[in-house]
Amino acid sequence: MTSQRALVVGAGLGGLRTAEALRTGGFTGEVLVVGDEDWAPYNRPPLSKEALAGELAHDKLAFRVRSNAADVVWRHGVRVDHADLDGRAVTLADGERLTYDVLVAATGVSARRLPIPGPPATAAGGRHVIRMLDDAIGLRAALVPGAKVVVLGAGFIGCEVAATARKLGCEVHSVAIDAYPMVRPLGVDLASELQRRHEAQGVVFHLGVGVSEFVGDEHVTGVVLSDGTRLDADVVLEALGSRCNVEWLEGNGLDLTDGVLTDTALRPLRDGVPVDGVAAVGDVVRFPNRRFDDRAWRVEHWNIPTDSGRRAGAVLSAWLAADGYDEVTTADWTLLPAFWSDQYDTRLQSYGMPGLADADGIRVLEGSLDDECVVGYHRGDDLVGVVGVGMLRVVNGYRDRVGRGLVGP
Amino acid sequence: MSLKVVVDFNVCQDHGQCVFAAPEVFEIDEAGRLVVLVEEPDETLRASVEDAADVCPVQAITIAG
Repeated sequence: MTSQRALVVGAGLGGLRTAEALRTGGFTGEVLVVGDEDWAPYNRPPLSKEALAGELAHDKLAFRVRSNAADVVWRHGVRVDHADLDGRAVTLADGERLTYDVLVAATGVSARRLPIPGPPATAAGGRHVIRMLDDAIGLRAALVPGAKVVVLGAGFIGCEVAATARKLGCEVHSVAIDAYPMVRPLGVDLASELQRRHEAQGVVFHLGVGVSEFVGDEHVTGVVLSDGTRLDADVVLEALGSRCNVEWLEGNGLDLTDGVLTDTALRPLRDGVPVDGVAAVGDVVRFPNRRFDDRAWRVEHWNIPTDSGRRAGAVLSAWLAADGYDEVTTADWTLLPAFWSDQYDTRLQSYGMPGLADADGIRVLEGSLDDECVVGYHRGDDLVGVVGVGMLRVVNGYRDRVGRGLVGP
Repeated sequence: MSLKVVVDFNVCQDHGQCVFAAPEVFEIDEAGRLVVLVEEPDETLRASVEDAADVCPVQAITIAG
């Protein structure tokens, strides 16, 4: 009997955890992971935090691989151009064709760039993004004391880099179309408190404005804002969110409008019908999470690749073994999104989906905003998220109460 | 086969996510610092200790044996 092959496209955390979970699920055939980066899976959150301030070395960031996945085959620096789900094969950038028995889409997201002309959108042109290790290495080299840094976007990554750049002695301006940094998930009260902490560290905010122009030829020298303000810049970071890496899945009848739409077994939907033998995981999957509601969400929180990878590995190994498949796919599976953020001495720890809260549903549950606190995010009477500012033990105590929408306590 | 849990406390940042995965083995103390309750847990805890190592945001946990 020919050995079966599980092909995982994407060699980040989601690809790694799915590969491990295929083995945990009892699959003994070939597990092949292809990824377009040159690196084995590594941890991305430190790229905007402690690693950016300290040592950016792959061996410090690499994920431990479970012993049961020691025989997984890795091909790095290889891009998949196209998948043919009906033919169960993918085509690589160099034309090579790989067939599979099951396929995992773990291709994640890329940093979004502003569609504005100007100096080259590269580290050499002074226009940075931060998503991959090589991005961080390029940015780190430019964050020298006294450098004028303009951070576009005041979400978590933009704010973390702003904090790190201040720590490294740079001048930092933060530009965002929102009225407060990180306001969309956190709400006005906490967001304005965090703005105050950044300002106390010397970050200058330009809020409620966009970017109209990049100045400079070969290298950026400034940014013109939509209100006419001109900021000098040695370094520009575009921290403007992400776009999903789904082009390779086009032409298969899937819903790719915001990542890969799947059912709760993480199987992509084609005309509303799940495609067996295929799963999407990590940042790129949009799936219904009945811990909150019936809507499908795509959530770029740190634990999603691990939790969705385990789910996909269990579903796919059951499919490959033709054993217990209906049971596993119909089981009520949910997860609780979680992430953290370090900015100066402030550690934020979030559980759930704070962004789902009603505008008047955000309340301080413990402590006080100007010090350490736990903020609760409510939709109606439901607690849909909690965020701790410090107070780790206290916020961890709220974790299991978050988001019990359709699955009960 | 015995199981040995090693936490690199130079790397650990007291996120406490391991506590949810393996509460028998890890704890956050009153001061907010991570404590390893059982350094050589029983084999029956292997799966939860592996889960704990996976969910550590800074990959400070290794498992020997």
